[in-house]
Amino acid sequence: MTPAEIREEILDILGDIAPDEDLSTLKDDVAFRDQLELDSMDFLDIVMELRKRHRIQIPEEDYGNLASMASTVAYLTPRMKDIAPKS
Amino acid sequence: MYDTLIIGAGMSGLAAGIRLAYFDQRVCILERHHTIGGLNSFYRLRGRDYDVGLHALTNFTPKGAKKGPLARLLRQLRFQWEDFSLSQQIGSAIRFPGVELRFDNNIELLESEIAGRFPGQIDGFRKLQQRLADYDELDGALFQLSSRKILSELIDEPLLVEMLLCPLMWYGNACQHDMNFGMFSVMFRAIFLEGFARPLAGVRLILKNMVKRFRSLGGELKLRAGVERIKVENGRATGVVLEDGTELAARRIISSAGLVETFRMCEDSSRVAAPAPGALSFAESISILDRQPQEMGHDRTIVFYNDSDRFHWDSPSDELLDVRTGVICSPNNYQYGSDEGQLPDGVIRITSLASFDRWTTLPDEEYPVQKLRWYDRMAASAVRFMPDFRHRVIDTDMFTPRTIRRFTWHERGAVYGAPDKRLDGTTHLPNLFLCGNDQGYVGIVGSIVSGITVANRHCLQD
Repeated sequence: MTPAEIREEILDILGDIAPDEDLSTLKDDVAFRDQLELDSMDFLDIVMELRKRHRIQIPEEDYGNLASMASTVAYLTPRMKDIAPKS
Repeated sequence: MYDTLIIGAGMSGLAAGIRLAYFDQRVCILERHHTIGGLNSFYRLRGRDYDVGLHALTNFTPKGAKKGPLARLLRQLRFQWEDFSLSQQIGSAIRFPGVELRFDNNIELLESEIAGRFPGQIDGFRKLQQRLADYDELDGALFQLSSRKILSELIDEPLLVEMLLCPLMWYGNACQHDMNFGMFSVMFRAIFLEGFARPLAGVRLILKNMVKRFRSLGGELKLRAGVERIKVENGRATGVVLEDGTELAARRIISSAGLVETFRMCEDSSRVAAPAPGALSFAESISILDRQPQEMGHDRTIVFYNDSDRFHWDSPSDELLDVRTGVICSPNNYQYGSDEGQLPDGVIRITSLASFDRWTTLPDEEYPVQKLRWYDRMAASAVRFMPDFRHRVIDTDMFTPRTIRRFTWHERGAVYGAPDKRLDGTTHLPNLFLCGNDQGYVGIVGSIVSGITVANRHCLQD
């Protein structure tokens, strides 16, 4: 997946976790926590959905990399480069 | 080999099961009874549908709310708000001799009632709310503080303290006399800040949605599958043996059976100190009326009553029931949508404190007689606080601590479980966990959140 495809995938996951959030105005360089009503359970779900959908294991000490869209995409780009995007 | 076995198909076990199955675990829920629900089940009797325990779903927040336990559990289980078909209460009341405090799902009504009845106390009540807002749920030491002590420091009218404690203890306090401040905080939010709602179809609607979701995710549910014991090898749980002798192996086990009850199932229980069971059990009478309660001038959803200025929250010692205090619930008195209609019959449910020992040691021939006698006493006590409905009754049912024990296997028929909660869900075994009301939260929303929390914390991240 390219960084743009990874971004789309994260948006899709966020849409599943928080269906009532308006994601169209999400700012990539601002922490999710500061613009969405996400709690620690929701953050766990981002990790779990990535595992469920793409078999990506994210160790607990790396959770901090998922703070914003920009940092999440940067963290996942090398880890998801060999994964084919969904058709 | 299962990834996780779950003991009990009540709200918490089903919620844990949905979480784990959604994330592709091999998971099986084992239920001793022939139906689902546990403490919140349902049944049919003489052509009518009954809920076992549901008076109200607490923690109601409206569609679109992003905070609070209801919003959280819907997100976590991937449900839509509409899936629970909740209608809000009309309004409830706390009634003591000569004084009433009304409340609904907006705290402003209770505030204005307190300002009207106890003008000198409204500042103290606001300070209490501030104290609750600052309270950190995860602080275990704070959790254990005495609510009576904290309340009496903020409110110097003892009657108001008793009136505030009455509904919060009735809907979730497993300890006698006092309530720890952690549970007070949870219940204050659940009842006064968020409030009551109910699906017209009752608890079965929520349960059936949860089972459907669990099964569609590949989860297994076995009914009539009582766990005889939990196998323990080298200090770890390795699986269970069912009452029919079937053995099931698992990497870990979540039990919603209760702290003492789970502990007793463990093969190594003789080597560990037994925790104390809860002492508070209830009886409930259910009266079917030939008309809607509102046609008799009763429009309250729930009435918490107490017949003196002092609220007693103790297991009765010298009688089968203590009817000095009680809860009157009318499931008709919710704001059901005009497209939904109304329950076919008027219903009045009355709950009283009951002595487990006295009910369970009654001779068998004496039991139905005492049920009839105490049905009458419960009704006679309640009609002091509501219009007399007794000449409108067309059918009745009643449950006692015996019934609770038989269908839920809770030690001593303790509806709210053990007085000591295991907030982190851990036990003496590293791969055996507790969910449900001995993990700390009560009520339907609390139980579901408990199942989710324990699944997330202990069973997903490995």
